Amino acid sequence: MPIQYYLYLSLALFSIGIAGVLTRRNAIIIFMSVEIMLNAVNLLLVAFSKMHYAKDVISNSASMVGTDGQLFVFFIMVVAAAEVSVGLAIIVMMFRNTHSVDVNFLNRLKN
Amino acid sequence: MSAIQIMFWVLTVIALGSALMVLLSKNPVHSVLWLIAVFFAISGHYILLNAQFLAIVNLIVYAGAIMVLFLFVIMLMNLNKESEPPKNVWMKLAGVIAAGWFLSVLSFLINQAPELHNRTVQLKDGNIGLIENLGKVLFTSYLLPFEISSVLFLSAMVGAVVIGKKD
Repeated sequence: MPIQYYLYLSLALFSIGIAGVLTRRNAIIIFMSVEIMLNAVNLLLVAFSKMHYAKDVISNSASMVGTDGQLFVFFIMVVAAAEVSVGLAIIVMMFRNTHSVDVNFLNRLKN
Repeated sequence: MSAIQIMFWVLTVIALGSALMVLLSKNPVHSVLWLIAVFFAISGHYILLNAQFLAIVNLIVYAGAIMVLFLFVIMLMNLNKESEPPKNVWMKLAGVIAAGWFLSVLSFLINQAPELHNRTVQLKDGNIGLIENLGKVLFTSYLLPFEISSVLFLSAMVGAVVIGKKD
């Protein structure tokens, strides 16, 4: 499979995420769009790791090229899990103060 | 067209269609369910790339833990009604145009890049995605980041409790 297919797929997913962040007003949907963007990047990292592995494994059958890319994806997932827990706590706090998750009510940080 | 290519296209269509439905659904609960479909499709892509460890971790962490957290928050705040006030249509149009512009510029760049010509992704074969090989690298050269991520989790946990508790 040519690498371009994966690039276009990740790019399309990332653009959908950008469109979501820019067009929706619900803070939770915006957060979900950010998750879509993170996953698009993860998919691209795995595809590139397999691309470099495919080139290297021809000359060296015990090649380990590309494990770094997949471990980066693992660490991105770790950071995303921590980010979601804090972000959702912030959204809950915001809802408690304003009784809304509409980001247009949040244009001022005080009250 | 081989079976692998058919699977690639099916998973791609599922991922993109579900991602669009995340944005187009009015009800936030439906958005979460569509997002779970996106994560399953991306996990399918990982399996197709023979990144088995990441496929399972993606399912457990994203589709399992994170999405349950999202659902909990939505149900806790009783947001499962279609209550989003209509946004200015020009703002929506501007957002879609900005995203489309990003898409077109970067796809032009991908089309032009000489480094990417005749490079292929290895599907179905290759054992770097197996947990044995990833674990060896993770616990030797990436041991320090792995341990630091536990501190990150601890601070995230403390932060979530401090932010979330009633003052």
